[in-house]
Amino acid sequence: MSSVLYDLPGPRARARNKAFGLLATLGIVALAGFISYRFWVTGQFEGAKWEWLLYKNLQLRLFAALGATLRAFVVGALLALVLGLLLAVARLSEHAWLRTPAFAIVEFFRAIPLVIMIFFLFFAAPQAGLQLGLFWSLVMGLTLYNGSVLAEVFRAGVLAVPRGQREAAYSLGMRKNQVMRAVLLPQAVRAMLPTIVSQLVVLLKDTALGFLITYQELLFEARYLGSLVEFERPIIPTALVIGAIYITLCVALSLLAGYLERRNRRRRRSGRALPTPDVRGVTANLSA
Amino acid sequence: MIELLVDNRDLFITGFRNTILLFLLAGVGALLLGTLLAGMRVSPVPALRLLGAGYVTIFRNTPLTLVFFFFAFAYPRLELVDVSFFTRAVLALIVYAAAFVCEVVRSGINTVDVGQSEASRALGFTFTQTLTTIVIPQAIRSVVPPMTSVLIALLKNTTIAAGFSVAEAGQITPALSERGAPLLIGMFWIAIGFLVLIVPLTTAQRTLEKRWSVTR
Repeated sequence: MSSVLYDLPGPRARARNKAFGLLATLGIVALAGFISYRFWVTGQFEGAKWEWLLYKNLQLRLFAALGATLRAFVVGALLALVLGLLLAVARLSEHAWLRTPAFAIVEFFRAIPLVIMIFFLFFAAPQAGLQLGLFWSLVMGLTLYNGSVLAEVFRAGVLAVPRGQREAAYSLGMRKNQVMRAVLLPQAVRAMLPTIVSQLVVLLKDTALGFLITYQELLFEARYLGSLVEFERPIIPTALVIGAIYITLCVALSLLAGYLERRNRRRRRSGRALPTPDVRGVTANLSA
Repeated sequence: MIELLVDNRDLFITGFRNTILLFLLAGVGALLLGTLLAGMRVSPVPALRLLGAGYVTIFRNTPLTLVFFFFAFAYPRLELVDVSFFTRAVLALIVYAAAFVCEVVRSGINTVDVGQSEASRALGFTFTQTLTTIVIPQAIRSVVPPMTSVLIALLKNTTIAAGFSVAEAGQITPALSERGAPLLIGMFWIAIGFLVLIVPLTTAQRTLEKRWSVTR
């Protein structure tokens, strides 16, 4: 395999690579061994620390926590998609009185760290006489941040639709909002679907911020389970289990995004083309 | 307006000082670890590629809050070196952000056309010469803008440390709330603080992107 960095290896390079491979494998084994050794020495592999997984009421608690995480995710995702669409359309409007505030909102909520936003909703809203509660503080924060990011995604998608589409629609006598609803947005959403789904992965990960305001989601449950003295306070086993749950959920969503992207690309090659929108810098896809 | 800032300057000064400190330390650490991981992912050694890919998959799909959780509550149980909450926050940020740095560097290297380095090899350039005069100058153009996004995200993510006993900018809101200060005004100042930190980064990003977009 030739790449930018190295040519097809010859006999000497192959031998050298093999030696490196051996060294690397040894290094990895040593690292894994060291971690396992620390786990062993501190008793993380003892049955007592994992026994909690067998108790029905604790399993039910874990499922309830998973449900709380997913509820925040689903509600937040739906609201963020709606808000994103509205803000994108407003930003693309011909009226400055719509465009300017939408621009300000998008820039503001993208710049403020989500933690600050959630804290603000949780601590400050009651001062203004608005009791949002744990769930809505978290969900509103997720909605405002991800809605703003998604607005930029939708906007980039609409701008990437070939100009001819819009012109053809206008020449057919369609009104402005018909053009947007029937011609531009469907194509934009289609082209942006992979980016949208990976932003939803970010949203799913960000539900864990609910832990900071004691919303009872997966991490909160991990803290509780990890403090149970009767199981020798199994904080490491619970953290590992919760981590596995998050990784499974996020990888499943990422696979979906990858699938959608491949499907898009296939369609593009077969001629019914949509141009690849340039989204570099639009989505960071790397919030908490 | 300004009274709140003056009255609670202790909170704002320690808060933003620690945020900047976390950002700088974690930024340097993440750039180093991330580049190392990217090097592993593009290396001709399968074992290293596998390790790099596994690392990225795990940490890109774990919430940063969980990484913090692990370092704050689980790490002490392993009875390794005893370090402060601040150091552990830096470690959590490095471990998490490195996965994103790695992907940016790797995709940057991949944007360079294979023909470029084949041509340079045909001209008799050594590996180091190819890397430093052909590949890196081209790769860096497509790396810097998304890398700035990674760093901006890192800066914003430092606020999560507030939930794990590190007094940084994220901690200001709860602390103000405890003092019974008007939070809307507090929020205004925190927002200003972050804008002051983030705007130079985005400006640099936009300028570089514009200057470099003409080439290729």
